[in-house]
Amino acid sequence: MTSTTEQFADLSATTLLRFATAGSVDDGKSTLVGRLLHDSKSVLTDQMEHVEAVSQARGQEAPDLALLTDGLRAEREQGITIDVAYRYFATARRRFILADTPGHVQYTRNMVTGASTADLAVVLVDARNGVIEQTRRHAAVAALLRVPHVVLAVNKMDLVGYEESVFAKIAEEFTAYASDLGVPEITAIPISALAGDNVVDASANMDWYGGPTVLEHLETVPVSHDLTACPARFPVQYVIRPQSAEHPDYRGYAGQIASGVLRVGEAVTVLPSGRTSTIAGIDALGESVDIAWAPQSVTLRLADDIDISRGDLIAPSANPPATTQDVEATVCHVADQPLSVGARVLIKHTTRTVKAIVKEIPSRLTLDDLSQHPNPGQLVANDIGRVVVRTAEPLALDAYADSRRTGSFLLIDPADGTTLAAGMAGESFASKAETTVQADEEGWDF
Amino acid sequence: MTATVAHVHEGTDAPYALSHLDALESEAVHIFREVAGEFEKPVILFSGGKDSIVMLHLALKAFAPAPVPFTLLHVDTGHNFPEVLEYRDRTVEKHGLRLHVASVQDYIDAGKLRERPDGTRNPLQTVPLTEAIQSLKFDAVFGGGRRDEEKARAKERVFSLRDEFSQWDPRRQRPELWQLYNGRHAPGEHVRVFPLSNWTELDVWQYIAREGIELPEIYFAHEREVFLRNGMWLTAGEWGGPKEGETPETRLIRYRTVGDMSCTGAVDSDAATLDAVIAEIAVSRLTERGATRADDKMSEAAMEDRKREGYF
Repeated sequence: MTSTTEQFADLSATTLLRFATAGSVDDGKSTLVGRLLHDSKSVLTDQMEHVEAVSQARGQEAPDLALLTDGLRAEREQGITIDVAYRYFATARRRFILADTPGHVQYTRNMVTGASTADLAVVLVDARNGVIEQTRRHAAVAALLRVPHVVLAVNKMDLVGYEESVFAKIAEEFTAYASDLGVPEITAIPISALAGDNVVDASANMDWYGGPTVLEHLETVPVSHDLTACPARFPVQYVIRPQSAEHPDYRGYAGQIASGVLRVGEAVTVLPSGRTSTIAGIDALGESVDIAWAPQSVTLRLADDIDISRGDLIAPSANPPATTQDVEATVCHVADQPLSVGARVLIKHTTRTVKAIVKEIPSRLTLDDLSQHPNPGQLVANDIGRVVVRTAEPLALDAYADSRRTGSFLLIDPADGTTLAAGMAGESFASKAETTVQADEEGWDF
Repeated sequence: MTATVAHVHEGTDAPYALSHLDALESEAVHIFREVAGEFEKPVILFSGGKDSIVMLHLALKAFAPAPVPFTLLHVDTGHNFPEVLEYRDRTVEKHGLRLHVASVQDYIDAGKLRERPDGTRNPLQTVPLTEAIQSLKFDAVFGGGRRDEEKARAKERVFSLRDEFSQWDPRRQRPELWQLYNGRHAPGEHVRVFPLSNWTELDVWQYIAREGIELPEIYFAHEREVFLRNGMWLTAGEWGGPKEGETPETRLIRYRTVGDMSCTGAVDSDAATLDAVIAEIAVSRLTERGATRADDKMSEAAMEDRKREGYF
């Protein structure tokens, strides 16, 4: 029984990595996902038996690993992935949540969905084709969403004779491109998902490659470092007031720390009111603690009895965000109905939802060629563009570049509740190029 | 028990990393509080099964020291395990909660539902569930569904908008971005909420062990009279088994899921403690539903089809 206890202890100390995969239709993404799940022993017997039975019934020679990931009738009928699916697997070192996102151009919104919560994105290319438009599109979305780590998986190395020069050329081209977009960390790995080279096990066919396998990299890449290095942000979700005999005066502000670290005794400011107080206590789900950090859900008690409700933001007095009613942002349009200049919308930012109006749509980016179109008037499904939004009440907004949590927002249709757009406040990844000419291909400045 | 701070440096690669259980717990609590902040009348589906027990435990922690601001709802198929119903009532009592029960048997007795030829009552739950949601005007309904359970569930959002007929349309789901859950809905519509979306079966069991949560005893190895039907060990009883040609026998078993007795299979097991159960699941080569749920095997898209109709 000691082994059980040890195993339990080991498993409970593991961290969680959220990652997303992106790849074109025939790049072998499903095979890579299937290989990761299969070789990490995460596919169970009954699932595999099911895949084998269905593949056989369809007359396919080998089990179609895509059947592991295509969960909907329509997906199986069409043999494509139409929506994000979430997969779960674990090794002794780490637990993984994989957002498996479709590669079609028209599903850009799904890659945005998957990338929004990802610590890492795997961009897949076919070694025979190298960096293509779709690869650049995926790199651009990963950069836009500020995914901290990007893995370039150069797949189908078996079909190019496991040639180092083929890999090196693709890796160099992609790294240069993605670095220009501002992707902070890029790791290129030569693989064959079909043969299993460098996915879970190191390849015997590519002695020249000295780096990690895909799984080794996923197991060791650091997580959460960006959240706690930022100034603390605490959006108030809910006010806890038991008013019971046992707790007559308890008033706690419940929320999940969006970024940074909070300590008892720290001077804080409540936004947008600007009132100040001190953290008198932190209750971490029933236990009193002196310090807490993102992304912990806690309850704060303050020294002063001031008016605070859902939607307020508590931040260190030494480093609060600015408040504004004029939001400039990049948005990815995710709804079928268009977003036009003059549209009245709701903006949901952290726990606060306010009325807003779309004042301007200065530009729209075409992901196909990364060209930029000024003043398009409206954005349609899967468009990415710059917007200027005027809000009815001030928002305590950080730049998305500084905080994915307090710099992101949704635009919502007030009539039917549809999520219209995913918004990222502040300058975008390519805004440095605004100083150069717009006609230049590299001058797109959304 | 939950020494959050003690997790800081243990086996993690950064000073402020969270263990995976702490990260999942924090995310689930965030979801409970979002619903409390944005909805008028939420309800937790509570069956006395391990997932709903974990949900209730998380809700208790999320609002402590105040009480849970939600009522509970159970759809009783009439074929539930007596030990589980006893656990359910005891738990509701202990925490001073309010429980609504929607009864499949009442619907059958009133002629509003007809018993299926195979005796399975699990699919019959959908009507009492959706009618209870409509008549009691719940606008947010917490379910314990996990995306690791089944491939259609892997496509499910944390916040899942259902129309006035409680239907799920997987092609018309709202994209779910960051942790910004959009719960807006028209009158008559409601939102299904799945705080355990990102948990796996093993996570649930590890969390139960870490938090010291009590469970109905049928989750642990015990001797029981069972019989074999469609490859499942089903509990013998008045609900409809064994039939002719089915032989009851006493075996050492436990349950991985608890549900309707007509479709929930037992697994052979000598795991009598939490540690033993975790060890057993960690090496199991069968999924939870594959091992124990007959109703998911009815067709290639059985779960998707039931979800479209309003099932969880």
